[in-house]
Amino acid sequence: MPIHNDHIKEKLNAQFGDGIISWDESSDILSLEVAPSIHLKLLTFLYDEPTLGFQFLTDLTGIHYPDQPARELGVVYHVHNLKENTRLRIKVFVPIEKPDVFTTTGLFSGANWMERETYDFFGINFVGHPNLKRVLNVDEMDYHPLRKEYPLEDQTRIDKDDEMFGR
Amino acid sequence: MARPVRFNLNPKDFTDRGINQVELPDGHMGEGFFATSFDKVVGLARKNSIWPLPFATSCCGIEFMATMGSHYDLARFGSERVGFSPRQCDLLMVMGTIAKKMGPVVRQVYLQMAEPRWVMAVGACASSGGIFDTYSVLQGIDQVVPVDVYVPGCPPRPEAIIDGVLKIQDLIHNESLRRRNGEQYKHLLETYGIQ
Amino acid sequence: MPEQANIVLPEGSLEKQTTTLNLGPTHPATHGVFQNILEMDGERIIKAESTVGYIHRAFEKLAERRPLYQITTLTDRLNYCSAPLNNMGWHMTCEKLLNVKTPKRVDYLRVIIMELSRISDHLICNSIVGVDTGAYTGFLYVMQYRELIYEIYEEVCGSRLTTNMGRVGGFERNFSNTAFQKIEQFLEEFPKVWKEFENLFMRNRIFIERTKGTGAVSAERALNYSFTGPNLRAAGIDYDVRVHAPYSSYEDFDFIIPVGTTGDNYDRFMVRGEEVWQSLGIIRQAYQKVQAFKGTDAEVYHADAPEYYLPAKADVYTKMEALIYHFKIVMGETEIPAGEVYHSIEGANGELGFYLISDGGRSPYRLHFRRPCFIYYQAYEEIVRGTMLSDAIITLSSLNLIAGEMDA
Repeated sequence: MPIHNDHIKEKLNAQFGDGIISWDESSDILSLEVAPSIHLKLLTFLYDEPTLGFQFLTDLTGIHYPDQPARELGVVYHVHNLKENTRLRIKVFVPIEKPDVFTTTGLFSGANWMERETYDFFGINFVGHPNLKRVLNVDEMDYHPLRKEYPLEDQTRIDKDDEMFGR
Repeated sequence: MARPVRFNLNPKDFTDRGINQVELPDGHMGEGFFATSFDKVVGLARKNSIWPLPFATSCCGIEFMATMGSHYDLARFGSERVGFSPRQCDLLMVMGTIAKKMGPVVRQVYLQMAEPRWVMAVGACASSGGIFDTYSVLQGIDQVVPVDVYVPGCPPRPEAIIDGVLKIQDLIHNESLRRRNGEQYKHLLETYGIQ
Repeated sequence: MPEQANIVLPEGSLEKQTTTLNLGPTHPATHGVFQNILEMDGERIIKAESTVGYIHRAFEKLAERRPLYQITTLTDRLNYCSAPLNNMGWHMTCEKLLNVKTPKRVDYLRVIIMELSRISDHLICNSIVGVDTGAYTGFLYVMQYRELIYEIYEEVCGSRLTTNMGRVGGFERNFSNTAFQKIEQFLEEFPKVWKEFENLFMRNRIFIERTKGTGAVSAERALNYSFTGPNLRAAGIDYDVRVHAPYSSYEDFDFIIPVGTTGDNYDRFMVRGEEVWQSLGIIRQAYQKVQAFKGTDAEVYHADAPEYYLPAKADVYTKMEALIYHFKIVMGETEIPAGEVYHSIEGANGELGFYLISDGGRSPYRLHFRRPCFIYYQAYEEIVRGTMLSDAIITLSSLNLIAGEMDA
């Protein structure tokens, strides 16, 4: 029995009113954007509240919008209530100068490596993470590759001719 | 009292069955002995008992598992015993994408192998980086180790992998005994930074 | 750290109480490239530190450059033991975004292919668990039948392993009679072989001693670590995306979800084994349903979506619209509507999710793969703490870690 969108909206608006920036019902999953200061409290509330019970973290990933000032880097959480079969998407945006987001590893142990991957790709600093190191790239890498300003190919190659390969 | 023979009663005629027999190298044959020079025979002996090291990282590794299976048996070419210890193996088969993080590992495994050693790059990713022209993929293992045979394909069919092994066998058969001590080989290793 | 240490070191000694063993990226038994640095006290593991990323190929960055059809080739290489599953999942994600509905026959054909891939992945996993306990024979028996599955893929799309199968809206060509005949042959011959394989292991005293009780994960820890798929079902939770959020007409099929109790290696082996039987049942039902389409219905193999599905060649040469669509699709200039969509399928290892954000250009703005192997490998450290090394090896292979999916 999927939880109705209105029920979720009502509960969350009642608890967190001004921390919730916007709701978005255009895609198949209800999504909301919240302020970074309250998102951990929101996720904990979603976990503990008996009528909501979103206790499964499906996915955690990052995103970079270079042309949204003060809100460039974002973290997207997909949570799932297995019993009622409802999904929810929560987005948090932080400025690129100070990309600090509270870690959710206390709530979901599965968030550990997912946050390391997001740090590796986007440079988002998860405050309170037990082991925030790069997980997929080499440890010596000094930039965050999935940000939009960095190209896909390795720029240090001298053997590939750019004209032929249409970079 | 011996059992009567039931099988193999009709003698086989091998003349036109298309069965290849290996040609004898030049030498002097006598009653129960055959004398030839060492370099002609050692290639023949080596090529039919290669011990490969399958360095399988990704999809090509699964095609290698299919090659080792009973349908496209690789063991009939002498590579029955695959080893995972480089100190015991002759042929390093690198199958799959090698990322920059993995490059030093391939090099280390290559250094641990004893001469004579051969390297086969199986698949497009090992030969040249394949479809992954990205910041994290090594564009071909010949950036870190000298390669003898490249097998193209994504992934190469098991027949192609077997063809690569046969080409390695040709290389082994025709290799001169002095090659590993010669100037050209030393120069090749120096370009890779291997002493 | 352990109470009764075998070695007693004097105070201030430079030696460490524990041994450090590097279960390095080059593994025997072709599991994939990931590294574990183990701190051991004799045979028992005190701590394990995992390192992944040795085959990081930057799929997510690559996907930002490529139009939709070129991303299918990337999805093949995620879980390469069951490549068509990933292809179908990606096409279904695109269909969700582009609002394309597939006809029933296409759904049933997709179900046949997806279940065949699931079987081929479980075949590898279970036989490799056997190989790691020392039983190489079962592996050779089942590889023979994987060759038959590869032949079916070849009939449908031309390639064995990295299949790049299907298009947005269906398949590129109708299944030929040879494909159906090979599927029938598979349905007839394979059950006997799988029964023989199971007889080798299921009640084998040695196998049970090696796998029962080792590598156990409780249901609460599994849920907290976001486990999905056979690993979660072995722990007792019956979460299967095919039942919770049916896609591709799975609601028309009758199958059960096998569930274990303790989540140890034996349960994982048994859950995967039983899933093979369930998949065989689903393929049989799907095959009968496909054969029930007669006449012109039996010629349907794709949805009617001319903007995203390459039109027939005869039309390209005669009609103007077909020519334009063909040009736009091949050159990758079709515009994807803006929006974001998350679609997940039941991959062989768990919930394989595709999170696609599009801003209206020719390629996605951001594509994220929710990869089950990456997520459940984090739990490995907690699972093997305190177990013996040999049990840790069996746990590693029974978790079914595919390096391509882990690192993406």
